[in-house]
Amino acid sequence: MKVVLRNPKRELDVPAPPNVGQLLRDLDVVPESVLVIRNDTLATHDERLSESDVVEIRPVVSGGTA
Amino acid sequence: MKCRRCREPAIIELRRHNAGFCRDCFVRHCREQVRRAIDEFSMMQPGEHVLVAVSGGKDSLGLWHLLRELGYDADGLYVGLGIGDYSESSASYARAFAHEHGAQLLEIDLVDTYGFDIPEGSLAARRVPCSACGLSKRHVFNEAAMTHGYDVLATGHNLDDEAAVLFGNVLRWQTEYLGRQHPVLPAAPGFVRKVKPLIRLGERELAAYCVVHGIDYIVEECPMAEGNRHLGYKEALNAIEERSPGTKAAFVSTFLERVHSRFVDEATGVRDDLRPCTTCGSPTPPSAAGVCAFCRIRARATGATIPVTAS
Repeated sequence: MKVVLRNPKRELDVPAPPNVGQLLRDLDVVPESVLVIRNDTLATHDERLSESDVVEIRPVVSGGTA
Repeated sequence: MKCRRCREPAIIELRRHNAGFCRDCFVRHCREQVRRAIDEFSMMQPGEHVLVAVSGGKDSLGLWHLLRELGYDADGLYVGLGIGDYSESSASYARAFAHEHGAQLLEIDLVDTYGFDIPEGSLAARRVPCSACGLSKRHVFNEAAMTHGYDVLATGHNLDDEAAVLFGNVLRWQTEYLGRQHPVLPAAPGFVRKVKPLIRLGERELAAYCVVHGIDYIVEECPMAEGNRHLGYKEALNAIEERSPGTKAAFVSTFLERVHSRFVDEATGVRDDLRPCTTCGSPTPPSAAGVCAFCRIRARATGATIPVTAS
């Protein structure tokens, strides 16, 4: 499956794990800090993944608060 | 996962609420949280003219959308900060939203109006970029809202922002800042009322709100914010939240309910002592020799001379 990461934007090809939550654990991503968008739709952590999926892991943490 | 409210398939899980929500129930949840924040803190009244500070990011565009959905008369204000391609890109998102939703967007360019940009201002004032940027934006937002006669200025500070600021203020026991940290700063001579209607929504909820409404926003982080202190605080708080969902919300709400009032006098005292800046007329503390921090940055960045009076 294809994983799109941001900041900077890049793509990874990885074997599809069983679900979204496992994908985040495999990539060592804190779930609270991202949205997962599968095939242009938001995905919850229990959603199953397949090799044909394109998943974007979009960071939601913004800085610059002063 | 099922939606907690209607049992349809969920699109998002919010561990803080121990719940999943489908699209429609999630949108309703976001509106309810903003409505509750506005009502709880008496932020604004129906019919008031609201100016939303818009950066092109998820929080400010989400806020603008939510306020309009809730029936508020809300215009946007975009300030061009002169941060290269990032500023050009963020402006395009703000303009696209205004165009698509038939909303009015005021634009102020820092270079065109004041003669300097954030990289120059930061360098000249020897401040970290986020400090020069925050100070400049606060000044320009307030001045624009006052000049154009808006009743209230709304900013996109969300629950995560407030938790990170509170964390920083507590770590350093900055009691004056603790007294000032509140979802509403009332109007005062020289100051428009400022409100933070997103205080009950996290930034993950704001990003999701934009995605489900097809609101395009700038996902890239400001290049000048890299390594800033607040990003570090957010990382630490998210690590705690991961182990103990709801901690950030409890941290902020408990502060507002039980602690904030203990420090109000320190902040009020500072505000009572303000005098008009000799250059621009904005309220400024007597310790600043008559010239506000924004005018001092501007003078250093542009090489202009400024009149300084004895304090």
